[in-house]
Amino acid sequence: MQWETVIGLEIHAQLATQSKIFSASPTTFGAEPNTQASLVDLGMPGVLPVLNEEAVRMACKFGLAIDAEIGARNVFARKNYFYPDLPKGYQISQMELPIVGKGFLDITLEDGTLKRVGITRAHLEEDAGKSLHEDFHGMSGIDLNRAGTPLLEIVSEPDIRSPKEAVAYAKAIHALVRYLGICDGNMAEGSLRCDCNVSVRPKGQAEFGTRAEIKNVNSFRFIEKAINHEVQRQIELIEDGGKVVQETRLYDPNKDQTRSMRSKEEANDYRYFPDPDLLPVVIEPSFLAAVRATLPELPTQKRERFQAAFGLSVYDASVLSASRELADYFEQVQQVSGDAKLAANWVMGELSSLLNKDGLEIEQSPVSAEQLGGMILRIKDNTISGKIAKMVFEALAAGEGATADEVIEKKGLKQVTDSGAIEKMLDEVLAANAEQVEQYRASDEAKRGKMFGFFVGQAMKASKGKANPGQVNELLKKKLEG
Amino acid sequence: MALERSDVEKIAHLARLGLDEADIPRTTETLNSILGLVDRMQAVDTDGIEPLAHPLEATQRLRADVVGESNRRDAYQAIAPAVAEGLYLVPKVIE
Amino acid sequence: MHSLTLAEIGRALAAKQFSAEELTRHLLDRIARLDPQLNAFISVTEELALGQAQAADARRAAGENGALLGAPIGHKDLFCTQGVLTSCGSKILGNFAAPYDATVVTKLASAGSVTLGKLNMDEFAMGSANESSHYGPVKNPWDASRVPGGSSGGSAAAVAARLLPAATGTDTGGSIRQPAAFTNLTGIKPTYGRVSRWGMIAYASSLDQGGPLARTAEDCALMLGAMAGFDAKDSTSVDQPLDDYLAALGQPLAGLRIGLPVEYFSAGLDARIADAVLACVEELKKLGATVKDISLPNMQHAIPAYYVIAPAEASSNLSRFDGVRFGYRCENPADLTDLYKRSRAEGFGAEVKRRIMVGTYALSAGYYDAYYLKAQKIRRLIKNDFVKAFEEVDLILGPTTPSAAWKLGENSNDPVAEYLQDIYTITANLAGIPGLSMPAGFVDGLPVGVQLLAPYFQEGRLLNVAHQYQQVSDWHKATPAGF
Repeated sequence: MQWETVIGLEIHAQLATQSKIFSASPTTFGAEPNTQASLVDLGMPGVLPVLNEEAVRMACKFGLAIDAEIGARNVFARKNYFYPDLPKGYQISQMELPIVGKGFLDITLEDGTLKRVGITRAHLEEDAGKSLHEDFHGMSGIDLNRAGTPLLEIVSEPDIRSPKEAVAYAKAIHALVRYLGICDGNMAEGSLRCDCNVSVRPKGQAEFGTRAEIKNVNSFRFIEKAINHEVQRQIELIEDGGKVVQETRLYDPNKDQTRSMRSKEEANDYRYFPDPDLLPVVIEPSFLAAVRATLPELPTQKRERFQAAFGLSVYDASVLSASRELADYFEQVQQVSGDAKLAANWVMGELSSLLNKDGLEIEQSPVSAEQLGGMILRIKDNTISGKIAKMVFEALAAGEGATADEVIEKKGLKQVTDSGAIEKMLDEVLAANAEQVEQYRASDEAKRGKMFGFFVGQAMKASKGKANPGQVNELLKKKLEG
Repeated sequence: MALERSDVEKIAHLARLGLDEADIPRTTETLNSILGLVDRMQAVDTDGIEPLAHPLEATQRLRADVVGESNRRDAYQAIAPAVAEGLYLVPKVIE
Repeated sequence: MHSLTLAEIGRALAAKQFSAEELTRHLLDRIARLDPQLNAFISVTEELALGQAQAADARRAAGENGALLGAPIGHKDLFCTQGVLTSCGSKILGNFAAPYDATVVTKLASAGSVTLGKLNMDEFAMGSANESSHYGPVKNPWDASRVPGGSSGGSAAAVAARLLPAATGTDTGGSIRQPAAFTNLTGIKPTYGRVSRWGMIAYASSLDQGGPLARTAEDCALMLGAMAGFDAKDSTSVDQPLDDYLAALGQPLAGLRIGLPVEYFSAGLDARIADAVLACVEELKKLGATVKDISLPNMQHAIPAYYVIAPAEASSNLSRFDGVRFGYRCENPADLTDLYKRSRAEGFGAEVKRRIMVGTYALSAGYYDAYYLKAQKIRRLIKNDFVKAFEEVDLILGPTTPSAAWKLGENSNDPVAEYLQDIYTITANLAGIPGLSMPAGFVDGLPVGVQLLAPYFQEGRLLNVAHQYQQVSDWHKATPAGF
């Protein structure tokens, strides 16, 4: 049978506020256990929450960025359950009236097509603490530093149809919250966490299958792997005559499998009700207008501008607008060089593999946008060939010169374009390979094509790569035909 | 809708209240008499009435995003039942 | 000294008739001698009190003259007091030395008051008789075989027995007004949001309000003036200027329109209490008030609605008592669930557990609409009744309780019977309006209280009417025998 995968993601983004959502404790990551847990965070008797304005502002920013309705009157509710990392025995969250209503996000798939993913809602809530399971005298240790950190929970519609789409969507959300400056997006520190709701159904069936929720998948790679695994598990289960049960599962990256979380399987009756310690949050139009005025150019807008202004493909424009830093870098290279296509090719090609190889972020790039732009200028004015440019680029990356010009000068990489000099060099090459020249001349058209490359290679080698490849081609052809 | 023993056990579990086997019948009876009182509500016509969560119907005041707390872990943990290395200790949490 | 009111104490201290330290020592001695009969105190804070008294004397000597400077008070044991046991009447907080002060405690302390101790109460303020305290029942100074009312029973008994001139209390369904009525005191529950709830251990967050119990309306005005006001730490605190309650006490009552709700005087009310209330009405008429019958048709629905809303909020508020970060923890928990279940089963008393279970049920899947939402709709009907009534009258008057103080143990096996006693007081909490109880006579030697209700933020009007009445009546001056 043909199966279709249906995926919805719940992404928890920690908001980059200075203080917690309901207390004045700092939100810094990595502090000594429980040194950033105040009376309110600890759920001491008699304490009360007061809502952080910045968390509200950040949620509104996100809502505006996904074209969502902002709840003019939204309400905080208590989600009641017992867990040691949840000090009050309830989590303050939003249930019926979330701050961000229905919106959408357009994502770019690998084949360059666009897909619109619906966002059901996004709501504000407080994060829980952490249970540390290392052995503390046979017990677990609880650190409540994280308790009360503001979260925006972003719930997608079940619009996603493959693990790759899920990753594309997660990356798009990641890019968006970083563009907006509302989340640092650091997945290793848990600033962005993802729950995946996964189900399968026979292709063509309208109803959804029973879904399982995979909790806390904390990297893009794991999102793909966890969903892949879960889809296989469900299909095999059904094909063997079994039934998928609605449950919470945990992805184990070491074993590359998901397993049922029994602890969460107990009757989940959260007894939501409006938190009587908090009042309805009313978002005035003036507040919203002020937030709107602070919105930066968003990834989608940037992508569209890159396509329109620079003639880039959807795919290239999407890659280059995926992060604000990368987009800024690209735009600077484009400005210096005056050539968007070359700039895009170099940023997405050599630069990106260099960064990948060394595990660097664009902000840490050893080659600055100025340097790269300057180098592209030299490609354009034929001072160097594309091949030589790679050498120049590597030299710049290694810090062997402040500018491309300096490297070219120092290493004598300037391209030879004097046809007399090239002809002379070609004559020498042909003379040294007289046998091959004979063979060439005796061959038919098809075979000649192949052999021609050999002579070009020899010629470039002889010129140490500096001969203008166009001229080499042209002159070589003449001489061989001659 | 009178509660039965199994309901009482379920509620007690949700509320994480240990129940003494011997007390369950009496607890069930008392809860039912309270719910009997409460159920008098059902006769009231509340069609079209908006629920009232807060008497004054005021709106939430927002706090400026400023850090105003410092580390008072020692004072807070001085009254804790079990701590080690700055952590609160509980029986092993199994996920 | 111990029979002086707070206002008189202030004047005597200003006139240097005695020092705050002398007064404190005198009252500490009385507490040591007399409280064993009453069990009003959970903790006596002798050291703290003497320190504060000496500091107050020093401030007076330096020329300061606040009305509460050196005034001895006690706090209901649900107001957090830093470093001092704050038990909430519960075993589960039997070792809880609060790590901070409640706003009310801070405000009264900075006004110069002297804290003599923490007062007994129904466990987590759940009760109308002060019999659910883990620290034993409190006895009524007017008759030691009777309850003092609850949940602020320790506060009421201590002030009535002249162990303290005034005390703080809290009122979620009548817990200031009903014990005030049972012990011949004046007590006021302010408008919801007028007194900060920061540091006041929550029972039902949307109903709880702190307020004072004292022997006169004037003393209540002094106390409330110091306790009330905006607090940024409480989101439900109201940011509105505070009235000068003392200044409000001088208003004549001519033209005051009083409404008597017919529902308050129907079956279930002890006829002798009705007589006492009507006698009080006659006195107020003599002072210039006019009186008319009004109706609060939804009053009868208040108890069922309250016993959904309050337990629902309580079931959630009390989840933090889990034996992890503070408070009681059971011995040798086998696992996490055992830690929770036994700590809570052993730490909470029967009434608290009952209300947690009722509240848990009312919020559980499938019942939320039928219980919680329904109760909140009724809550609006009750509020609407008051809004409508206050279009016609300035003040609503009736009995505080349907009967006088009952015998210890009389209702302790029948929670529903005890719940029904809250009938007259509960509506003010649901609507959030201020209410006051004042002494208005005796039935069989037991005090009777009259309740006054006013529109939002009209605490001054309540205090003034009670004060005017206390200028022409002596009920509030009566002292229980032996105290």
